[in-house]
Amino acid sequence: MSSTLPSPAIRADGRKRAFLEVNDLRVHFPTADGLVKSVDGLSFDLERGEILGIVGESGSGKSVTSLAILGLHKGSNAKVTGEIWLDGREIVGATEDEVRELRGSEMGMIFQDPLSSLHPFYSVGTQISEAYLVHTKVSKKDAKAEAIRMLEKVGIPNAPGRYNDYPHQFSGGMRQRAMIAMALICKPRLLIADEPTTALDVTVQAQILELIKELHDELNSAVILITHDLGVVAETCDKVLVMYGGQCVEKGRVDELFYEPEMPYTWGLLRSMPRMDRDRQTRLTPIPGSPPSLINVPSGCVFNTRCPFTDRVDGDKCRTEHPNLELGVTPGHAVRCHIPAAQRQEIWLTEISPSL
Amino acid sequence: MVRFIILRLLGALFVVWIVSVVTFLLFQVVPTLTDTSPVYYYIGKVPFPPDSIQFKALVHRFGFDLPLYAQYWHFLSGILFGQNITDGVSTPISCPAPCFGYSFRQNELVGTMILNATPVSISLLVGAAILWLVGGVAVGTLSALKPGSFVDRVGMTSSLAAVSLPIFFTGPVLLLIFEYTLGWLPDTSYAPISEDPAQWLRSMILPWLSLAFLFAALYARITRSNMIETMGEDYIRTARAKGLARRTVVVKHGLRAALTPIVTIFGIDVGTLIGSTIITETVFNLRGIGYLSIKSIQQQDLPVILGVTIVAAVALVVANLIVDILYAVIDPRVTV
Repeated sequence: MSSTLPSPAIRADGRKRAFLEVNDLRVHFPTADGLVKSVDGLSFDLERGEILGIVGESGSGKSVTSLAILGLHKGSNAKVTGEIWLDGREIVGATEDEVRELRGSEMGMIFQDPLSSLHPFYSVGTQISEAYLVHTKVSKKDAKAEAIRMLEKVGIPNAPGRYNDYPHQFSGGMRQRAMIAMALICKPRLLIADEPTTALDVTVQAQILELIKELHDELNSAVILITHDLGVVAETCDKVLVMYGGQCVEKGRVDELFYEPEMPYTWGLLRSMPRMDRDRQTRLTPIPGSPPSLINVPSGCVFNTRCPFTDRVDGDKCRTEHPNLELGVTPGHAVRCHIPAAQRQEIWLTEISPSL
Repeated sequence: MVRFIILRLLGALFVVWIVSVVTFLLFQVVPTLTDTSPVYYYIGKVPFPPDSIQFKALVHRFGFDLPLYAQYWHFLSGILFGQNITDGVSTPISCPAPCFGYSFRQNELVGTMILNATPVSISLLVGAAILWLVGGVAVGTLSALKPGSFVDRVGMTSSLAAVSLPIFFTGPVLLLIFEYTLGWLPDTSYAPISEDPAQWLRSMILPWLSLAFLFAALYARITRSNMIETMGEDYIRTARAKGLARRTVVVKHGLRAALTPIVTIFGIDVGTLIGSTIITETVFNLRGIGYLSIKSIQQQDLPVILGVTIVAAVALVVANLIVDILYAVIDPRVTV
C-alpha cells in the first residue's frame, strides 16, 4: 500500500471516521418482477458506547441493512453499493474471507427467532464454543470453559449442566440469552440486535433488553437495535433512525425523535403506539394504507401515498420531487420532508402532540 | 435408549410375524381357493388324479389335510426350531433352524439356496449403495450451492436422464461398451470375495454402476432440494454470522441437517432392494436373491417363494429398525 494514501480512518474531507459509518448504502435484489430496492441510499454514523435504534415497519429495509453490515449478502444475488466503514475497514468492497474474519470477532449479531436461529442438531454449548473457536486459538476445553462462563454471564442457571442441552430443551428467553452469549463471546465492538425481543414474552423482553444494555456498558461496544417497538427504543437507545421504504426518513437523538419529531411518518408511528401515561379511552390512530412496494417505489417522497399532510406542500412536489434528508433545527437531527421546518414544528405542536 | 431399542425390536418382531402369517395364508390358501391342491405347488407335477388314494396319501404326508393353524405351526416351528424333512421313502434330510422347507423341484433346502444367493445380493447392494449415496449426495450438494448455475444444470439434466433410463437398458449398454467393445472387463462371471477378490470386483463393477446410476440420480435430486431448503434456514445465517468458514457452514451445519431425511430413504431403499434387484441380477447373470425369486416364481416353486418373501420382509424390517435407531442418534429432538 502506498504511503501517500490517507489513513483509512480519515475521511476525504479530513474528518476522523466514526467507528461505524454507513454511506449511501444501497441493497437491491434483481427478481423476475423487477428490481427490489430494499435499502436505497442509507447513511448513518455510530460511535462506540452508543446505541442506535432502527425503527420501521416490516419490509422497510431494517434487517437487510444489518445483514449488509455483516456482509451476509455476499454470495447472494443482492447488489450492494455504497460504503460501510467499521473501525477504518471497508466492508462492501471487501472479499468474503476478509469480512468473515470480522464476523463474530468484531461484529456480533443477535437474531429475531432464537429457536430457528440455533442449529437443532448441536447442543447449545457446542454452538457457543464453536463461535469462540473460530476466532481464538485455544483448545476445545478452554473454549468450553469460556462458553460456560459466558452462559453464566447471560444468566443461564446451572450453566455447566445446560452446556450439553439442545436448543429445543431451552425456553424462549433462555435461547435468546444463549444467542446473546454466542454473539458476545468474542467481545465484538459492534453488536447488531435484529428484533431481539419480538419472539419473546413481554416479561422476558425487558430482561433481555436489560441484559443487552448491561453487556453494552461492560464492553463499551456500539449497538444497533432493530425493532418496531418504539417503547423499546425510548428505553434503550441514544439515537434513532426511522426507516420507510428502504430509506431513512428521520434520524436524531432519542429525545428529539420522541419530543420534537418532524416527519409525518414518525408522527404516525407515535400515534399508533399505545401509552401507559395517556387516557385509556383515546383510540390509537393507525397509519392508513400499507407500506410501498419496493419494486415500484412511489415517485417523489416515498411516504406520499400514505401521508395526510401532502396538501400542506405547494403544488405537487410530494409526488414529483424526492425530498432530501435535510438537517433539522438541532445538529444530527435530519428529516426527509417537503413541508418547511417551521410549519412542521407548528403541525407537531398544534395538531399531533395534543392528540397523543 | 435401551428401552427405545427393545420396544422397536418387539415392534419389528410383530411385523415379521404378521408377514409370515400373511405370506403363509396367501401361498397355502389361495391354491385351495382356486380348487387346486397346494401339493401341486409344493412338490411339482403329481402324476395322480386328485381323487386317487395316492394323491390323498401325498396330501396327508405333507400335512395339507391338517387344520390351518396346525399347518401354520408346522411352518413356523420349522423356521424357529428346524425340522427333519422326509418324503417317506428316502432318508430324512435334517433342516436346522431357520428352516424354510425343501424345494422338491430343485432338490435343495430352501435355506441353503437363500444362503448361497445372499452374498451375491449383498455384494451387489453394498457396493452400489455406497456409490449412489456418495455420488448422489455430492452432485446434489454441488447443485444446491449455486442453483441455476452451470454445475446445477449439468447435474440435474444428467440425473433426469439417469432416472429415465431403466437398468435393462443401461446394463446391456455398459456390458456392450466395457465388455464387448473396449474389452476392459473380458470376464465378468461372479466369484465370491473370499475366493477371488479381483474377479469379484471385476464381476461387480458394471452391476454396481448400472444400479447406482439410477439411484444416484434420485438421491442427487432429493439432496439438492433438501440442501436448498436447509441453506435458507435461520441457523445457517447464524453460522455465517459467527464467522465460520464456508466449508464448515455447508458441511457441518447445512449437510448435517439436509441428510437426515436421506437416512430414512436410504434405509428403506437398501432394505427393499435386498430381495428385489431382479433386473440387475438377471442382466448381469448374478445368482442373487432376486434371481432366485424370479426363477422360483417361473417354476411355481412354492417353498422357495415363501422363504424368499420372508427373508426380504425381515431385511426391510431390520433396515427400518436401524433407521429408527440412527434417527434417534442423528436428531436429538427425537425422544428415545
